[in-house]
Amino acid sequence: MAKESSFKNMVITLSVICFICSALLGVVYSVTKAPIEAAELAKINNAIKAVVPECNNNPSEEMMKVEGSVVYPAKMDGTIVGYAIKVNTSGFGGPIQIMVGFKADGTIYNTAVISHSETPGLGAKISDEIPTRTQIVGKNPAFSNLTVTKDGGEIDAITASTVTSRAFLKGVDTAHKVFVELQKQQ
Amino acid sequence: MGKLKLIIDGIIKNNPTFVLILGMCPTLGTTTSALNGMGMGLATLFVLVLSNMTISAIAKLIPEQVRIPSYIVVIAAFVTIVQLLLQAYLPSLYETLGIFIPLIVVNCIVLGRAEAYANKNSVIDSACDGIGVGLGFTIALTILGFVRELLGSGSIFGWKFIQGDGILAFILAPGAFIVLAYLIVLFRTVTAKKA
Repeated sequence: MAKESSFKNMVITLSVICFICSALLGVVYSVTKAPIEAAELAKINNAIKAVVPECNNNPSEEMMKVEGSVVYPAKMDGTIVGYAIKVNTSGFGGPIQIMVGFKADGTIYNTAVISHSETPGLGAKISDEIPTRTQIVGKNPAFSNLTVTKDGGEIDAITASTVTSRAFLKGVDTAHKVFVELQKQQ
Repeated sequence: MGKLKLIIDGIIKNNPTFVLILGMCPTLGTTTSALNGMGMGLATLFVLVLSNMTISAIAKLIPEQVRIPSYIVVIAAFVTIVQLLLQAYLPSLYETLGIFIPLIVVNCIVLGRAEAYANKNSVIDSACDGIGVGLGFTIALTILGFVRELLGSGSIFGWKFIQGDGILAFILAPGAFIVLAYLIVLFRTVTAKKA
């Protein structure tokens, strides 16, 4: 059975355990650091590739910050063909990170959800391709009212969850503002 | 006691989900599909075996009054290792399980086995107990996820056989409770007959 407790042996035991555990974690952390970063970069790159027209540069290397959002320009032989804009928005279950891709003329090329924690079966459908994309792809937020019909817009719910749909469209709107800002700068 | 019996006991007699009704939070939260349930079960199994072994090895060196904090630190270390490994090598599973991975730290099963079994028994027996209970948890979560996925999204292990949605309620929280309740009834009826 366990030892008698005294102040000294309690302090020593806890310190030793904490020391060993943190050393162990340090080792695992340094081993997994590179693969974790690679996995995250691959995810961003996949999202970029999905939302911008074909390009031959590496958008993640040319990232820039505009209005607090990260922008990845896509270029074909040096000419800009589109932008992937990463925005954060807040949904029903917490933050949602989406990547919105614009063509050079401002129409939405495609969108991708990078991370979300919406309700499975309802809001989580935000990451499915069909409902999100068919409704906004090819539209230009400057000329279309991209809000849900409940709010007077022209989008039927993106998912069965209105909160998620609103959050998603708000993200698209933020991305569009960033896009407009980008156009101004040039 | 035979090692095999220890493992089988963990799966049937001490099944954490169907008999002990422990670890309900991840049980209800992650079983929206069979694969998610299995992933969660395996992550817990891994932590359970390692923490059981470590705790049974160091139990005699730990003063009585600080044993719980010591166990928690050990468990938390293993959970963080699992978390980092999943993040590095299985990022998609890591994302679906999300917050439930760090929450393994406070999973009653892990601390419960440490306190009820590992600190009184040998390292090997504790490892077998961890494997048994961990497998019991994994099997239970996989079955629960399987049923919920089948009814809720109309798919089996991610392979979809119907168009559109299933009965959405089964993917949501109420479905978790309903399916779990029926599975417990079924499990107990079957095991009661045997005994």
